Amino acid sequence: MKKRLAIFLCLAVILSFGLLASGCGGDDEQGDDKTASGGTIYYLNFKPEVADVYKDIAAAYKEETGVTVNVVTAASGTYEQTLKSEIAKAEAPTIFQINGPRGYQNWKDYCADLSGTELYKHMTDPTLAIRDGSGVYGIPFVIEGYGIIYNDAIMRDYFELKTKKTDVSSMEDIQDFATLKAVVEDMQAQKDALGIKGVFASTSLKSGEDWRWQTHLANIPIYYEFQKNDVDLTGDETREIQFQYDQEFKNIFDLYINNSVTDPKMLGSKQVADSMAEFALGQCAMVQNGNWAWSQIAEVSGNTVKAEDIHFLPIYMGMEGEKDQGLCIGTENFIAVNSQASPEQQKLAEDFLYWLYSSDTGKDFVTNRLEFIAPFDTFNEDDRPSDPLAREVMDWMEREDVHTIPWNFTLFPSQTFKDDFGAVLLQYAQGQKNWDDVKNLVVTQWKSESR
Amino acid sequence: MQKTLRRYAAVFVLPTAVAFTVAFLIPFLMGIYLSFTEFTTVTNAKWVGFSNYVRVFRDSSDFTNAFWFTAKFTVVSVVLVNLFAFSLAMLLTRGIRGTNVFRTVFFMPNLIGGIVLGYIWQLIINGVLSWFMVDITFSASYGFWGLVILMNWQLTGYMMIIYIAAIQNIPSDLLEAAAIDGASPRQVLRNVILPMVMPAVTICTFLTLTNSFKLFDQNFALTGGAPGRETAMLALDIYNTFYGRVGYEGMGQSKAVLFFIMVAAIAYLQLRATRDREVENV
Repeated sequence: MKKRLAIFLCLAVILSFGLLASGCGGDDEQGDDKTASGGTIYYLNFKPEVADVYKDIAAAYKEETGVTVNVVTAASGTYEQTLKSEIAKAEAPTIFQINGPRGYQNWKDYCADLSGTELYKHMTDPTLAIRDGSGVYGIPFVIEGYGIIYNDAIMRDYFELKTKKTDVSSMEDIQDFATLKAVVEDMQAQKDALGIKGVFASTSLKSGEDWRWQTHLANIPIYYEFQKNDVDLTGDETREIQFQYDQEFKNIFDLYINNSVTDPKMLGSKQVADSMAEFALGQCAMVQNGNWAWSQIAEVSGNTVKAEDIHFLPIYMGMEGEKDQGLCIGTENFIAVNSQASPEQQKLAEDFLYWLYSSDTGKDFVTNRLEFIAPFDTFNEDDRPSDPLAREVMDWMEREDVHTIPWNFTLFPSQTFKDDFGAVLLQYAQGQKNWDDVKNLVVTQWKSESR
Repeated sequence: MQKTLRRYAAVFVLPTAVAFTVAFLIPFLMGIYLSFTEFTTVTNAKWVGFSNYVRVFRDSSDFTNAFWFTAKFTVVSVVLVNLFAFSLAMLLTRGIRGTNVFRTVFFMPNLIGGIVLGYIWQLIINGVLSWFMVDITFSASYGFWGLVILMNWQLTGYMMIIYIAAIQNIPSDLLEAAAIDGASPRQVLRNVILPMVMPAVTICTFLTLTNSFKLFDQNFALTGGAPGRETAMLALDIYNTFYGRVGYEGMGQSKAVLFFIMVAAIAYLQLRATRDREVENV
């Protein structure tokens, strides 16, 4: 009896270890297999909306070169924490993304110098890259722009309205905040005649959905402040701000929340997707967002907005000389190569990136599937993305009479700063905080989060 | 047999012991170690001693605020959940028609995940509040009561099942004896039923207490801490500290260690207190 039990138990133990070992063995074999045929690199992707496209790119690249590209996509808003846990693993990401100078500070130990790479040499504007001393540690791979998106069909209706109280007769006449405000308020007053529920889409202030205001909109006053005070953007001077253009920010923010589809008190549960749906369904005439929003607009079922009716207007907020202000164009997507990966892997990563942005197959993916405006001279006139908002961004970028506003929000101190800023904006919209509270919070939080 | 079992104890324990070490012991010890370090990823930690713990209280009042909010929430929901669960259990052990249907219906919310529940209740609560032209982010007390309602809705059914089992376990001769002695229903409840279900009370308070204290999903999905951070409970505050900004990972970790100590201490005290009231079931 005893003996039999002993044998049985031994068998059980051996069996269970056997299972464990075979489980691990399976992985090993797979790993060997990959390295045997050209190597493997690991790309941690930031943009969930194009996750599937990257899978196709990886397949095409594997076919051409035999190198396997494992693409893992972090869920929306979780890139930093995914990166944090992934990079600690033995098979860490070879290619990852940093969101600007602040991101570089966090991931310094992991960013390889890319100044010798082909990709860097082909940048149209090398100053956009993230540099530290003589090294280049992050290369932007997409240019994006944002402003106020408007539906021209509704605007034309307004300009033809008999009861119109302004003398504005086309969008070209709107070149400053005062005109914009007059038009918006008149439209809001006559919203029933125009068949809309409000001029602006809901100012989404739900936590996690407020980046259009605490990041994108706030970029503009901060940019003007840095400009005016001649702040060296790479230095420590950015650690403190006065928020001296807070009134201008308030101008436009008030205009947004008081002339919208939704009552200001109800904004705390609105999401970006809600705003985009309102715009797509023709319930409002304007929404602040960037060129990435086109897919969101086009995908809404019952979408009434035609591609040719959709245009950008710069965000006027009452700045001096804003007639020649353009869209906010820049990037927060910088590609970095893991310096702690083996030199062979780093080389493979650099080759893959160069292939993606220079070969015909790669470029085709970039323009037609990813719909990126790529900042490299390997792209020419024919390689333009087809979506209307991306084309608008490029047109605005090329206009000689306006200057674009760069994305200085990459210098914002931390996610916590942005979250707190968004939360206080919501409380301001609900009427529970006054504007001084908002200004105070921005100034003090900026300082305390910039340590 | 006893002897044989003892001899092979090590073999029996081994698989579980390995799993326990890998999945619990090692991460736990590593977590304690990390709370004394500054780190971005778990592999590049730098020893800093107690400074993370000092920062938890010195840097901001987030943690203390979250603690008080959690404490209030826990007290309210422990009382309400157990009260409702016990009342339902009393009702559903009387042989009312459809008892089984009711039991199933009350138990079902417990099977739905916290995030989903949070979003559903956010819609419901916002729907109601929209009559008053506000939403749940408007005031911390809306968020508080929203969480209490959600917690009650989810946990009551589960606790009810435990109470039902306990009530059905009461020997019927005790109840008959009480009836013969002329005890009123109230006296039966106080002097027979309650003492006899005390073990269930121990379990249920323990479960509601720890569940409320550790609540994360529901809090995350229902309010996300809004307005500001006023309705962020401890677990959410730890999450925000850890992931909200770089350079705070160590501090988040030390908050987590403090959190563990608190939960363990409170659960221990509660178990000791209610254990003393249990009657031996003959």
